[in-house]
Amino acid sequence: MKHFIEKYFSQLLLTAVLLILVIVLSCKTPYFFTWANCYNILDQTSIDIILALGMAFVISSGGIDLSIGSTMAFSGIVMAFAMKAGIPVWGSLAMGLPVGILVGACNGLLITGLNLSPLVITLGFMSIGRGMALILTKSSPIFGFPNTFKFLGSGHIGPINFPILLAAILVVISWVLLNMTKWGYYALALGGNDEAVRRAGVSVWQYRTSIYIFCGLLAAIAGMITIARLNSADPLAGWMVETDAIAAVVLGGASLNGGKGSIAGTVLACLVLGTLDNGLILLAIPSYYQKLLCGIVIILALVFTELRNRKESISVS
Amino acid sequence: MAEAEKKLFLQVRNLKKSYGHVEALRGVDLDVYTGEILAVVGDNGAGKSTLIKSLAGALVPDSGKIIVEGQTYEQLNPRQALDLGISTVYQDLSLVNCRDIATNVFLGREPLKYRLFIDKKKMVQDSIALFNQLKIHIPSIHALVGRLSGGQRQGVAVARAIKFGGKLLIFDEPTAAMGIQETAATLSLIKSLGKQGYAVIIISHNLHQVFSLAQRICIIRQGLVVDTVSTADITPNQVVSMITGAAQVPS
Ligand SMILES: Nc1ncnc2c1ncn2[C@@H]1O[C@H](COP(=O)(O)OP(=O)(O)OP(=O)(O)O)[C@@H](O)[C@H]1O
Ligand SMILES: [Mg+2]
Repeated sequence: MKHFIEKYFSQLLLTAVLLILVIVLSCKTPYFFTWANCYNILDQTSIDIILALGMAFVISSGGIDLSIGSTMAFSGIVMAFAMKAGIPVWGSLAMGLPVGILVGACNGLLITGLNLSPLVITLGFMSIGRGMALILTKSSPIFGFPNTFKFLGSGHIGPINFPILLAAILVVISWVLLNMTKWGYYALALGGNDEAVRRAGVSVWQYRTSIYIFCGLLAAIAGMITIARLNSADPLAGWMVETDAIAAVVLGGASLNGGKGSIAGTVLACLVLGTLDNGLILLAIPSYYQKLLCGIVIILALVFTELRNRKESISVS
Repeated sequence: MAEAEKKLFLQVRNLKKSYGHVEALRGVDLDVYTGEILAVVGDNGAGKSTLIKSLAGALVPDSGKIIVEGQTYEQLNPRQALDLGISTVYQDLSLVNCRDIATNVFLGREPLKYRLFIDKKKMVQDSIALFNQLKIHIPSIHALVGRLSGGQRQGVAVARAIKFGGKLLIFDEPTAAMGIQETAATLSLIKSLGKQGYAVIIISHNLHQVFSLAQRICIIRQGLVVDTVSTADITPNQVVSMITGAAQVPS
């Protein structure tokens, strides 16, 4: 039992926080606990979850990716241009999604090939991606897409919509990848001791690069959903989403030093942040307070998590 | 062991390696035979770990040759070395502290089911059997390696090298942090490996250990081999003076 609590501490804590939030908000406003509102939260959170999943692998492997927000915008705009040029939806996706793969590959190859800090490289691609998006659009959004494409942003499948379904599928895939495949094992091992992984005969650069590619691809998928939902490709889409994704991953029990990471924790953290956002709107707290409060919650939780990690990392890092 | 039974497994010729201005290896020659335990001794900083890391493919030497079963290599990478049958217990153990014991034992060689998913059950079972066989005591196979004591960690590194065996097993100070019992178990294990026909290299500062285990001793001093002699032909005191440079014994 003690072992269980210790192992799943972050997940249990987040579940408790989520329950408390739900109870408190349900008492405050009856509307909160209706299907319409829960659906709303899931819908809003689905993009954050998709982004955070990629970030979970990157952070577990001891890296960081600051470029996901601009990759989102950049790949979305490539899709938008393709559709505007009359290319069918599948063709446009086949052009836009590889943008994420390409940015991820550049990130990974530069980081491993030149042994440079992921912070610096992905910060660079954060600016490059945003710059490309602004240059291509001359800084004004592109709108009006075919209905088949808009389905990807808000189309209903039974009681849920496509983004929620896609996020759920990606959560399952990510969980399996992290916990049951060599790829996930090596991601965590790389974050713990990449020299040990290299000496075990594993090609470190291939695994590291593929992790950034995965993260980039998920960012492009998030970009696709965003523009399909808004029916508009904004060069400023995904502004600052990387901070939310990083926060969710760390709240979910990962260590920024690498070697630790949890898919369940990451998803729970996204749900907590999403519910908090939603609750503040329902309580009619002005939006500028929302950002402030969210920031404080994130800092408190991060400090708490990091302190806990540090206490442990005397022996485990 | 009679000369005729020995088969040359690995040769090192004129191996050199510098870290910036520090010349760690200045032209090392070494012969390693199957079925023989070779001890490498020398003071701190003599270049022992640098030498065996070159054999394990963990680092790239500046020049020289490594000849494995007749095949000449300028350098090896870890994958090649493992495929040639060279397993190593590194001095720093090369473990991932934030992962559990079984995961560390199988790092890089995870068994798969359906060709995609890691067979964790098999990893755990095999690890438990391995630790029982080696008489290495660990709290739980699921414990994180970072939570283990120094000696237990060495046990994990030794277990990993034994598990995937190969032809040459290299131990860089494998018992430095171990207790009396664990040391005895590990040493008798290493001894039996030599008898089973493995080539073994052991690095140790404990000359008593070296004399009871090894058939030959290679003495390294400041990046050069002072001499490689049969343990039968030399006394511990002579070895000490060769390590410290007080005496130069002609070969
Ligand atoms: N990564 C490194 N960078 C710079 N210098 C190094 C490095 N590794 C080893 N050295 C230097 O190379 C020399 C040989 O080191 P090595 O680790 O091979 O010695 P050793 O014989 O294994 O010593 P010990 O008995 O202390 O383990 C030392 O002078 C050491 O300072
Ligand atoms: Mg050493």
